[in-house]
Amino acid sequence: MFDWFFASPSERRLLGSRALQGPTPWVIAIMTFSIMIVAAAGLALADTASRVATGTQTRFSVQLPDGERNLPAALQAVRSAPGVSDAEAVPEADMRKILERWLGPAGASADLPVPALIVFDVRAGASAQAIRQRIEAAAPGAKLIAHRDALGPLLRSLRALQWVATALVLLLGGASAAAVVLAARGALDTHRFTIEVMHGIGATDHQVTHLFQRKIAIDALIGSLIGGVAAALVLLALAAGASFAGELMGGATLGTLDLVILALIPVALTVLATWVARAAVLATLRTAV
Amino acid sequence: MRGGRVLTPIVEFDSIGLRYGTGAEVLRDLDFRLSKGGFYFLTGPSGAGKTSLLKLLYLAQRPTRGRISLFGEELTDATRDVLPRFRRRIGVVFQDFRLIRHLSAFDNVALPLRIGGASEEAVESPVREMLAWVGLADRASARPPTLSGGEQQRVAIARAVINRPELLVADEPTGNVDAEMAQRLLHLFTALNRLGTTVVVATHDIGLISATPGAQMIRLENGAMLDPTGVLKNPPHPRGDS
Repeated sequence: MFDWFFASPSERRLLGSRALQGPTPWVIAIMTFSIMIVAAAGLALADTASRVATGTQTRFSVQLPDGERNLPAALQAVRSAPGVSDAEAVPEADMRKILERWLGPAGASADLPVPALIVFDVRAGASAQAIRQRIEAAAPGAKLIAHRDALGPLLRSLRALQWVATALVLLLGGASAAAVVLAARGALDTHRFTIEVMHGIGATDHQVTHLFQRKIAIDALIGSLIGGVAAALVLLALAAGASFAGELMGGATLGTLDLVILALIPVALTVLATWVARAAVLATLRTAV
Repeated sequence: MRGGRVLTPIVEFDSIGLRYGTGAEVLRDLDFRLSKGGFYFLTGPSGAGKTSLLKLLYLAQRPTRGRISLFGEELTDATRDVLPRFRRRIGVVFQDFRLIRHLSAFDNVALPLRIGGASEEAVESPVREMLAWVGLADRASARPPTLSGGEQQRVAIARAVINRPELLVADEPTGNVDAEMAQRLLHLFTALNRLGTTVVVATHDIGLISATPGAQMIRLENGAMLDPTGVLKNPPHPRGDS
């Protein structure tokens, strides 16, 4: 199946050029790097979206605009409602810490009124309407917020970004294939004389194709390894939080399956390049006598 | 007929015409047979169509009309896939040598054997022997650009005959060699011919023709065939007539 890959020294001499000559390996390296980074971003987004969706499905908040005045009554109402679990009041200090991230030191100022907040989960089958009625009875003006509704736009954005990442990966894969077709045609032009002589002596299209397929496969393998290693280093740096981007992505993680998918990208690109090169060379040769 | 027996045709041209693109026909109405084991000279003025006829013979070109049979098989409409099998039975000496510049003389001569699937062990000895025969034993590792025109021509001839082809087609094979080497190469061709190879040589060299008794001559003028010796004309039988 892969006997074409193992050429004899005399077969290797026929095309006469060494690996890493010409742009093909570098184009493949850049494509591999780009695809891996985009794919990693897409997979991290998918992980984030999944965690956000799971975490918000059963979670609710009660916001008390008057601060802690009605907090004990509201908390008692929530805890006694059927189907509620893990109801907790968010300490004011935690609230101010969060505000401080957004507003700076002003967020920690006591002059800034901060609403009281209760966070709780509900079990399957619990009635949000019944819980709302209890809370409103205990703390007039309290506002019940379902996290899944509040974070719905964010989730939709994350899903949209996932699709964008998928489309980019496919586009980059298509661009890689196009680059390989151009490289194969360029190689055929460069070696047209050798091919004509080989054909004249009785070489089959498959014999000629194997030479080019092997050369482009080696170029693609070297290129995808270079691009793959570079992308892995960048992703490791991001994951280690060694940069600003790392901070931004701090919440996102890549699972084992994600890492396997990323590791398979250079392999997939090499296979794609080899297959495309074979098809392009055979198609071009068939136009000869 | 030769000596009262019917000679098996190795090449049959039936009303062959050839034109390049939309230009005028460069070959027209070629009807002839070449017998297996024959020795033929193809002559004619420059532009008469000799090289085009040779291209048809070594399957580098398809005719625009008529039918061609080689080795007893109709090849006019043969698919690309079957042609290599026939090309391997033909040795070709090109006028411009067509040696691969980045390969050594050894690798150029070995190419037909390797394409035919011979192992490296099976290639070494015959290639060395053939290079010695054409006087290039000490230039085996030289690349064509470092060889003289005559040396390149000898490498091209060695490559053409290394496979002991059934049909040898040579376009001006002695054009770049001295008289002594020309005689030596002619001796190689006649030796191959005695072993059964059909030889077709396009040449302007009258000396070469006169030094080959028994050879027949095909003369082309303006793409049409003349028959100066009267021995070549041998129109093909109708289909089905054995």
